[in-house]
Amino acid sequence: MGSLLSQLGLECGGKAVKEEERHLRANDRELNLSYKYADNAIKTSKYNIFTFLPLNLFEQFQRLANAYFLFLLCLQSIPEVSSLPWYTTVVPLVLVLSMTMAKDGSDDMNRHRCDKQVNNRQVEVLVEGELQSEKWMDVQVGDIVKLENNQFVTADLLLLSSSEPLNLVYIETAELDGCVSVCCMHAFPEPFCPCVGEVRCEPPNNRLDKFTGTLTLKGETYSLDNERILLRGCTLRNTQWCFGLVVFGGPDTKLMQNCGRTTFKRTSIDRLMNVLVLSIFGFLMIMCLILAIGNGIWEYQEGSKFAAFLPKGVNAPFSAFLTFWSYVIILNTVVPISLYVSVEIIRLGNSFYINWDRKMYYPKNDTPAEARTTTLNEELGQIKYIFSDKTGTLTQNIMTFNKCSINGKSYGELLDFSGQRVEMNEKTEKVDFSWNNLADPKFCFHDNSLVEVVREGNPEVQAFFRLLALCHTVMPEEKKEGELYYQAQSPDEGALVTAARNFGFVFRSRTPESITVVEMGELVTYELLAVLDFNNVRKRMSVIVRSPEGKLTLYCKGADTIIFERLNPSCSNLTEVTTLHLNEFAGEGLRTLALAYKDIDPEYMEDWKLRHHVANTAMDEREEKLDALYEEIEKGLLLLGSTAVEDKLQDGVPQTIEQLSKADIKIWVLTGDKQETAENIGYSCNMLREEMNEVFIVSANTAEEVRKELQTARRKMTPDGTEEPTVKKSRSGLFCLQKTETVADEPVNGEYAMVINGHSLAFALEKDMEIELLRTACMCQTVICCRVTPLQKAQVVELVKKYKQAVTLAIGDGANDVSMIKAAHIGVGISGQEGMQAVLSSDYSFAQFRYLQRLLLVHGRWSYLRMCKFLRYFFYKNFTFTFVHFWYGFFCGFSAQTVFDEWFITLFNLVYTALPVLSLSLFDQDVNDWWSFQYPQLYTPGQLNQYFSKRAFVYTVLHSGYSSLVLFFIPWAAMYDTVRDDGKEIVDYQSFALLAQTCLLIAVSIQLGLDTHYWTAMNQFFLWGSLSVYFAVIFTMYSNGMFLTLTSSFPFIGTARNSLNQPNVWLTMLLTSVLCVLPVVAYRFLRILLWPTINDKVRYKVRQDKVLPPTPRRVQARRTSTRRSGYAFSHAQGYGDLVTSGKFLRRTPKSRPALFSQTDSPLAQTQPQFYRTISEREEPPLSP
Amino acid sequence: MMKEELETTNRPDNTAFTQQRLPAWQPMLSAGIVIPGFVLIGLAFIGIGVGLFITSQNITVLEKDYTGVETTSDCYKCSNPSDKNCTCKLEFSLSNLFEGPVFFYYGLSNYFQSQRSYGASKDEYQLSGDLDYFKTPVSACSPYQYDANQKPIVPCGSLANSMFNDTFKLYQIVNGTKKLVPFDGKGIAWWTDYNIKYRNPSVTPLKNAFNGTVKPSFWSKPAYELDTSDPSNNGFVNQDFLVWMRRAALPDFRKLYRRITEGDYASGLPAGNYSLEIAYNYPVLSFGGRKKVVFSNVSWMGGKNQFLGIAYLVVGSLCVVMSMVMLIVYAKFKFPEDD
Repeated sequence: MGSLLSQLGLECGGKAVKEEERHLRANDRELNLSYKYADNAIKTSKYNIFTFLPLNLFEQFQRLANAYFLFLLCLQSIPEVSSLPWYTTVVPLVLVLSMTMAKDGSDDMNRHRCDKQVNNRQVEVLVEGELQSEKWMDVQVGDIVKLENNQFVTADLLLLSSSEPLNLVYIETAELDGCVSVCCMHAFPEPFCPCVGEVRCEPPNNRLDKFTGTLTLKGETYSLDNERILLRGCTLRNTQWCFGLVVFGGPDTKLMQNCGRTTFKRTSIDRLMNVLVLSIFGFLMIMCLILAIGNGIWEYQEGSKFAAFLPKGVNAPFSAFLTFWSYVIILNTVVPISLYVSVEIIRLGNSFYINWDRKMYYPKNDTPAEARTTTLNEELGQIKYIFSDKTGTLTQNIMTFNKCSINGKSYGELLDFSGQRVEMNEKTEKVDFSWNNLADPKFCFHDNSLVEVVREGNPEVQAFFRLLALCHTVMPEEKKEGELYYQAQSPDEGALVTAARNFGFVFRSRTPESITVVEMGELVTYELLAVLDFNNVRKRMSVIVRSPEGKLTLYCKGADTIIFERLNPSCSNLTEVTTLHLNEFAGEGLRTLALAYKDIDPEYMEDWKLRHHVANTAMDEREEKLDALYEEIEKGLLLLGSTAVEDKLQDGVPQTIEQLSKADIKIWVLTGDKQETAENIGYSCNMLREEMNEVFIVSANTAEEVRKELQTARRKMTPDGTEEPTVKKSRSGLFCLQKTETVADEPVNGEYAMVINGHSLAFALEKDMEIELLRTACMCQTVICCRVTPLQKAQVVELVKKYKQAVTLAIGDGANDVSMIKAAHIGVGISGQEGMQAVLSSDYSFAQFRYLQRLLLVHGRWSYLRMCKFLRYFFYKNFTFTFVHFWYGFFCGFSAQTVFDEWFITLFNLVYTALPVLSLSLFDQDVNDWWSFQYPQLYTPGQLNQYFSKRAFVYTVLHSGYSSLVLFFIPWAAMYDTVRDDGKEIVDYQSFALLAQTCLLIAVSIQLGLDTHYWTAMNQFFLWGSLSVYFAVIFTMYSNGMFLTLTSSFPFIGTARNSLNQPNVWLTMLLTSVLCVLPVVAYRFLRILLWPTINDKVRYKVRQDKVLPPTPRRVQARRTSTRRSGYAFSHAQGYGDLVTSGKFLRRTPKSRPALFSQTDSPLAQTQPQFYRTISEREEPPLSP
Repeated sequence: MMKEELETTNRPDNTAFTQQRLPAWQPMLSAGIVIPGFVLIGLAFIGIGVGLFITSQNITVLEKDYTGVETTSDCYKCSNPSDKNCTCKLEFSLSNLFEGPVFFYYGLSNYFQSQRSYGASKDEYQLSGDLDYFKTPVSACSPYQYDANQKPIVPCGSLANSMFNDTFKLYQIVNGTKKLVPFDGKGIAWWTDYNIKYRNPSVTPLKNAFNGTVKPSFWSKPAYELDTSDPSNNGFVNQDFLVWMRRAALPDFRKLYRRITEGDYASGLPAGNYSLEIAYNYPVLSFGGRKKVVFSNVSWMGGKNQFLGIAYLVVGSLCVVMSMVMLIVYAKFKFPEDD
């Protein structure tokens, strides 16, 4: 996507004058073209045929590593300096460049194809009064286009008219913000009039929530705002057609303007590697300097006298200077170019494993897991904090009507003959609703007795469902006769109304004044007198209706505690029984509501209505007055019963959370939901537990109170802890430029949890309190933040990132999670749902929350393990390789003479050791996935950076120092002054080179074998294959034929034959190998015995019991708590006003509230999560 | 079943490879392997070490420095580089039979044949008999590419130019008379060097190929006259030249000069007094170099090298000791059964 930005940037930069104001006239192409606005063609591709090579090369050489190798190549072309022939660098460099080029090329081809497909979509354009089909790319600014149902919006359009009443259109903004909900847009009330309109508006920008402009029509000027703009990226739904005027086209559209820059995420290993590579360069320079000084001294003491045989016209300092650069060339193998390539390949391979994993494939909607970023794998093995969204992530966002208690009798439980509860599953027989032709086929219920009671005509049960059918703010939609579709503000309401529908009380339609219900097949219309709306304080909602018979009834549903306070004393017996049922329901984690009704005296009603009207129109204290009125009438209610709705958790959520917390990963839930809902879910997925010492609730209204609550909580958790946080300041990053502050973990005397709401969070996230928040929160096992805005989600993530220096992962499914997904080190999107934006900005996506444990505990852990093994081994191998040259410097007059054959240097990383180390880092596993799940503790070394750190790196360097000493000095001593068994030479340079390089290769191969824990056939094949290839290659290269064809390139002719038939050569190899390897074996063996890691223990255990024990069945314990009420309702304030105002169809909803703003307007809050983020990172969804 | 009805086009393949279930051997460093392994390796190494050590002990080596640093040395008189055509004598006696076949080496110390520019200073094409490079040697040979008159030097380069040019004659003193010990100078270079790598131009007589070229400045004779006694031992395939051109890896090295395999000496040098006559031409004192001659016989493991045998013995014993240590540690800290 960065490409897109640069493309846009290029185009913008190309414009001489920046657009100040956009001016266009409808259907006047000539005029509009004169402004040279961008047309509707888009281009996301980077290259064309001619620019590909130069542009791509230019980009590639911007990478530091590539530039460095180019620099080396330049050095090598200077004959005085060149210690290695050009091909040693060119061959790998060309290979790397061409591989990257091929990848970039194929990516760009895809973009081209994608662009082409989008640009060639057809749309109907109004040309000279007639509709013509045109390609998207030919649509110009100022054109009037006609869209039909389910079509993508072509460009940013000014809505002119639509087929729907009141000129509404329904759009789905899924591609823009992940929101599926259909929202209505408002066109002009005036009849559509082409040709004369003139529009002046703001220049193209990326603000999705704002549009300003004016339309001049027949001399009159209308102001235009956001509600009249259809954005590209939306889809038209439930609207037969609409006309729109193209305002912004192609690259100017808000969607494209929003495709902001890609924020490259780098893993901590990446950052560590950068630091290491830099220090390696420093080290390299020091080595070269030592050797150069050595050369200076040698030239001064020996070389100048040796000049009889080797005349040189140079003085010692200059020679030292040249030698310095020669050694830079030779010793560059400490950071070979293949390191970067291999790292990329390993990450790519491990990403493919994620894509291929059948255990992360969700068959229900045919969604496999997807690694959308291929550069972050190993960080999956280091996660310390998970930030999870709730709705759609932990829960399915499906509410099911599970149980109810009506008039003291509980329904919904399935009992067998002996009266035992029957565990329900997919196979349990469902209630047959075929008698009700309006029933929702997707609804399922298992208790047949309730249906029987309803059909028998039990008045209480009927009243119960009548209440559910009447008391709500759901809007029905009936596109076809009998096919009802409810648009509920919250899924809870939808579930309740749907339940009533299936039990024969079908909510059919509503007007501002009436509600039509089909009651057991009979059409009944109730007059709607008042809606006493739901809000957070009231925790209840009521409706007052008049039945056709003229009976006035108030129906009320709400939190049990609230309803019980308002009951008629005659209900006390029923209340007791119902309370028992409610507790039972709540104990199962169900959300409960109590239902009650009351008949109202018509005269009283008249009076009340009058006062209601007065209060409703009062200028001041309207809310209070209304509340008092509601309070007055909602009294003396008669209890009907209670409902229990299950906010369905996704499968395996509690188990996953348990596993992850065993792996010492902390999970914070950040949700936009209300506190009750969030807590409820916290309990049902085992994050909050009854046995916890305390669950702190932070919900204060001022900064001071918040601080106090946080401090109190903290002191309770560590009574003897320090007041001041322990902050460790350090520096990190390249050149230690970044200052980091780390707040240390503090000991806690028990299990605690914290629930904090958005309001308090806003205070707590202030600069002066954030550390306080962090300290307290990090001591808790579980942190739940409710009612948080997307921005706060990101802030929380940033806070942890900043002060914990830990790896964070954010998982979510909706547009409101995008900010946190982008903020966290790793973002995971739940895919498969309709909204795409979270997935589009995520790094990994899969369909179910439970796959997270596999992603982290298996794939992440393995990736981390493999990457660390790879790096350790790779650095070992190359340092050993390089150090040998260093030692040889002392025996060749520091003349930058290589120890090894130049071809060996070229091929060592590229051929001889490439595949074995790749197979190690693609196939290795310490224990298999099953054991990884059995022992989630295996995950902890990753969090502590144990497998690869600066310390590990230093060990690696010391190890290679030792190996290189062995590998140089053993052959040196073994060959010193000796000869072949026929008296001929064997200590000549070429034979020595062959011996040294063979020793090296064998030693590093054995070391690789030691590091391999999981020997697949591939490992064996590659390791033995590489060794055989080595011998095949040397015998070929040192053959007569090669010498005769390319005399100067293969001067080592005959070396292999003459030296590999010598027993002392082989004995030397054996000795070096054993000396290199046995100390490592002994050390590892003793370490496993004396200081075994969790890894060693599990591996030992795996060895002990080869047969896998059966997975212990985890039965989720039923909580029988009576402490809490299960009351929860996922929306804050109802649509009541809209429903009764009669304006609900004509209302102008603020469908695009200001970015992250916390408005107190009820409308803004009632909008389903509907935030948009400014910067989008991923490819815009250009193709369907 | 429901499942089959579902669309499963995106379902990943169920192969051992994609599911990371490839069958694998998972070795562990368990006590049952490591400790016996160390013992076995240790014992094997001790065995090899003993063999090597004994073999090495049985090899006789006689080294004599003849640089002429010490004033007592006969060669002291020749150590002045301005002294041309100096010969000196080196006398030694053998108390026992020096078992044959005896190889006669010359050795140089502190001599950096391994220097990069020194080693690179030659022309592979010229040495493989390519006449084009007789006229224009590669620039790597510089400053021994052309002489002062811009005539190409053949063979060019420092390496060829600095060819060792001391010559030796060994006499056994039998009853006061000098008896020449015959030297065999054939086949002292690698077969590949002699037959493949270095070739004379196919011009007869060889001399003509060198028309228009000059000999290296340090050489007293041109390449085609290196061995006047054997015409086939001239040019680039002269054995001494080949031996010299195979440059040494280390600054102290010895090169094979002759073999003593003929006549009375086929079974070795009998006990007695010997006199080595040295034509002292090669200056090494200027850079602190040393020259020596070495008589040695060889075994299956090549020349005398104590190091390898001792190293095997030491490593072998260390292995055995280490296995003891590991055994003790293992007995004390058995792997914890529980976790």
